[in-house]
Amino acid sequence: MKCDFCDQKATVFLTQLVEGQMKKVCLCDSCAKERGVTDPTGFSLGDLLLGGLPGGPGTVSAGTSQTHPGNGRKCATCGFTLDDLKRVRRFGCSDCYATFREEVGQMVRGMHKGTSHVGKVPEGLMAIQFRNQRIEELRSRLDQAITSESYEEAAGIRDEIHNLNETKP
Amino acid sequence: MMRFSTLIKHPADWMTGGQGEHGAVLTSRIRLARNLRRHPFPGWSKRDQRAAALDLMRPAVEALPAMKVAFSHELGDLTSVQKQVLVERHLISREHAARGDGSAAVIERRQTFSLMLNEEDHLRMQAIRPGLQLSAAFAALSELDTELETSLEFAFDSTLGYLTTCPTNLGTGLRASAMLHLPGLVLSDQIGQVLQAVNKIGLAVRGLYGEGTESLGNLYQISNQSTLGESEETIIRRLERVISQVANHEQNAREKLLEDDPEMVADKIGRAYGVLRYSHIIDSKEALNHLSLLRLGGTLGFFAPETVMLCDSLLMDIQPAHLQLHSGRKLSPEERDSIRAEIVRSRLHSLESPDNRISAKDEKNLPDTPTPGDL
Repeated sequence: MKCDFCDQKATVFLTQLVEGQMKKVCLCDSCAKERGVTDPTGFSLGDLLLGGLPGGPGTVSAGTSQTHPGNGRKCATCGFTLDDLKRVRRFGCSDCYATFREEVGQMVRGMHKGTSHVGKVPEGLMAIQFRNQRIEELRSRLDQAITSESYEEAAGIRDEIHNLNETKP
Repeated sequence: MMRFSTLIKHPADWMTGGQGEHGAVLTSRIRLARNLRRHPFPGWSKRDQRAAALDLMRPAVEALPAMKVAFSHELGDLTSVQKQVLVERHLISREHAARGDGSAAVIERRQTFSLMLNEEDHLRMQAIRPGLQLSAAFAALSELDTELETSLEFAFDSTLGYLTTCPTNLGTGLRASAMLHLPGLVLSDQIGQVLQAVNKIGLAVRGLYGEGTESLGNLYQISNQSTLGESEETIIRRLERVISQVANHEQNAREKLLEDDPEMVADKIGRAYGVLRYSHIIDSKEALNHLSLLRLGGTLGFFAPETVMLCDSLLMDIQPAHLQLHSGRKLSPEERDSIRAEIVRSRLHSLESPDNRISAKDEKNLPDTPTPGDL
């Protein structure tokens, strides 16, 4: 039998219950070692499957299987917890960096030459963000104008929103 | 859509252009990591979330002017041999090759740009150039990145820079690396010292296929580790300076070896020539190590200068997946070793023995030791 991750001969066979379903994975020596399968403390088949099994990723639903209840903060966008961070040393989504800003600060120190970014700034992105922010402002003003029945003003705002949506930064 | 066979048919420009002034530097690579805002990172996504991110990115990437004629496939559509060939060509990572549906590779026709979609990060973009050309590679890739910014919203923080799955890539998201051929430093036992010095200034040294791979054929990759707190230009400038210094050391080491022990050098190169020309069974490690010496011989005047290019394309063609692709079927390791030997023999068929070349020079009253060629 071949390893699920590479072409080598599988020597480690693993079966685990993940969310009530039986999951099987076959690995060769080096892949098993690389993925920490032989380390009984820090291994979950769910992670392995989510970590990119050919043809298999996503068969286990993310988030639910990995959120440990009770321990501290949790990212509102993706459900990533502090425990997850300690275990995988990677993040769930870009908003996690705001959720775990303090921990990030500690991790980054010593990892890089500095602690704040120098270099390329996405100009296009800034323009998009600026435009989206402007549209949101206009939308709330539009709502107010409609509520106060200032229809002429509302029409003007509506056109402005329309224009902003049309133009690409 | 471009087929796999079309993409792979020819060696890329960057594979065979690494001689001349910087013969010790085979290739320069730049990688940028980018992620989409509001979308969970690929490793933390459910299948449908990953598919949604891919559906956003793929049309944007395919619409790039540079990708007008490109190879674009989901990894689930490729066979394991095809994926492995892409890894051997450094067009996708080993991690990416382990993925299937929901991840894709978009590779420009000449293989100078390759983009991995839903790797560890949503987007990993790469540019490769022959020789020492990190700045040029970065300029080209950065332009592509700027174009993508007009259609994709990348996750960015004013303090942490580009936000990546792993905090080791925060800031610029930049990994700049060069592949170096350092037989002179290895033969003169200076390699350890040089690599240690490189390591000390915060640069990483790896083998032929990146992290955790052993150094074969005297090939080494040098790359930056820190991505936050310095601009792309600063990182690249430092790396280019260090790499030129290492290349200079290499050239000096080669010249000194020829001066101090020409017989040893001629013996090593002659043996490598003999083994490669006449063996019928050769494993990848042995072949790489002998090709390394043949390449050295090419730069030292033992062989015609084109030999360097010949070695560089063989370097790729004798890798396991390339061999399987070449023969169109799965091969046992034993079969691989004999097909590898066959390919090497046929490519080197018209390569003249270094002894003939040197005695031909003798007759014309040229110096009997080969003059060091361009490094």
